[in-house]
Amino acid sequence: MNAPLLIPQRPGPLWLLAEVTYRCPLHCAFCYNPVDFTQAGPELSTDDWLKVIRQARELGAAQFGISGGEPLLRDDIEILVAEARQLGFYTNLITSGVGLTEARLAALKAAGLDHIQLSFQDATREANDLITNTRTFDLKRKVAAMTKAAGYPTVINCVLHRSNIDHLDRIIEMAVEIGAEYLELANTQYHGWAFLNRQSLMPTEAQLAEAEAVTERWRQRLGKTMRILFVTPDYQSKKPKKCMNGWGEVFLSVTPDGLALPCHTARMLPGLEFPDVREHDIDWIWHESPLFNRFRGTAWLPETCQSCDEKDNDHGGCRCQAFMLTGDAGATDPVCPKSPDHALIDAALAEAERPGTVKPLVFRDPKNAVKLGRAF
Amino acid sequence: MTSSLARPRINRLFRFQWEPAQQAHVLLYPEGMVKLNQSAGEILKRCDGSTSVAEIVADLESAFNASNLAADVDAFLIMADAQNWITWSET
Repeated sequence: MNAPLLIPQRPGPLWLLAEVTYRCPLHCAFCYNPVDFTQAGPELSTDDWLKVIRQARELGAAQFGISGGEPLLRDDIEILVAEARQLGFYTNLITSGVGLTEARLAALKAAGLDHIQLSFQDATREANDLITNTRTFDLKRKVAAMTKAAGYPTVINCVLHRSNIDHLDRIIEMAVEIGAEYLELANTQYHGWAFLNRQSLMPTEAQLAEAEAVTERWRQRLGKTMRILFVTPDYQSKKPKKCMNGWGEVFLSVTPDGLALPCHTARMLPGLEFPDVREHDIDWIWHESPLFNRFRGTAWLPETCQSCDEKDNDHGGCRCQAFMLTGDAGATDPVCPKSPDHALIDAALAEAERPGTVKPLVFRDPKNAVKLGRAF
Repeated sequence: MTSSLARPRINRLFRFQWEPAQQAHVLLYPEGMVKLNQSAGEILKRCDGSTSVAEIVADLESAFNASNLAADVDAFLIMADAQNWITWSET
C-alpha cells in the first residue's frame, strides 16, 4: 500500500460570512454595504446557502456568521443555522434585532444558534433614531433583554462616529445596564455608505482621544465582567491593517446574490471577476480562483511595501481603501504614512478638525441607492 | 493556586470541540477561536464541572502514564481562569 503523499496545502477559510440579504429596515448612514446594493442580482435560495455551508465546513471553516442587510428579513435562517450547527460550526447571528420575536428566537435557539451580536447605534432614543432614520431604540432594548433571558451571552456592537462618540460614557453604561458580556466599539471604517458620508462621520482627534480614555476607565472598572473591544479607525491610527487578516487567508464572505469575496466590501473593486457560488465550489474558489489569489500573500505588493519591514504584518493594508482613495486597488493603503498618497488621509483628517462644514447625512435606502448609482 | 477540591467547567461563553481540519481541540467563542495544544486540550476535556482539580490531575497522570502533573495543571487552570475560559462550580 502506498502512503498518501503529504503535500503541504494552504489552510482553508476559518470564517464563512453569509450576507444573506441587502434588505434592511434600518438606514444607517455608516453602513459598509455597497451604495448600489439595489443593482445586485436575486438572492440565493435556501439550497444554495446550504451547499455553501457544507462546502465551507468541509474545508475547515469553524465560524459561521449570518449578516446582511438585516438577516431576519429572510425566513430561512433557522434552517441555515441548524445545518451549520449540526456540522460543527460556531454560529453567529449579526443583527439589528429588528424582527427578532420571541417565536423566532425560540426557533433559532432550537436550531442551535450559539451567539447573537446585537447592534446599538447610540445610548439615547433621539440619537439612535436619528442615525438609523428609524424609530427602533426601545425595540433594541427589548430584544437585548429577550436574548439574555434565552441564555445567550449579550454581545453588543456599536459603530462610533462624530455624532455619537461623545456619548460613549453613556453607551458603555447602557451596555452594563443591559448586562452585556462583550461590547465592541467599532469606529466607522469608511466603506460603502460610510465613505459617502465620511466628512459627516469622522470624529476629531480630540473626540477620539477622549473616547479611548473613557473606554480605558471603564475597562479598569469592569475587569472581566464585560470585555470591551475598541477598534481604532484606520485613518487615525496611521497604521495600515492586515485587512481581514490577509486576503484569502481566513475569511470568506458570500454576498446575497452569490458572489464569493475575500472581504465584506471587495465587490467594489474593478477589473476582477467575482466567482459565483452557484457555478463553482468553495474549494476551487478558495484555492484556485484568480480573485482569491489576486492579493494573496505579499508577492504582488508595490515597491513602497516590498522594501518595508512591516509588509508581513500588514500586507499593504486594505485593498478597498487603496482603491477608493487612489483608484488603484494594488496601491499601498494611503493610511500608511509611507504611502505616496498619504496626503489624502491628512486632508480628510484636517477636514474633520474644521468646524461648521459638516454636510447632511445620506441615509442608506433603496431610493438614495438608485439616485446615486455608484458603488461607494 | 487553585483549590484541589474545586471543580472547573468551561465557561458558557465558549464551546470546546475537536476540529479535524486543525487536528486540535479548540475553544470557539463569538467570532473567534483559540487553538489549543495537546495538554491544554486534555485538561479542558476534563473540565466538566463535576470533576475536581485533584481528580483531573489523577486522571491525566493515569491516562498519560505520568506523575507530578499537579503544578502544570494548576498553572494552566490559573491562566484559563484569567482568560475567562473556565468558571468554578461550588465545592
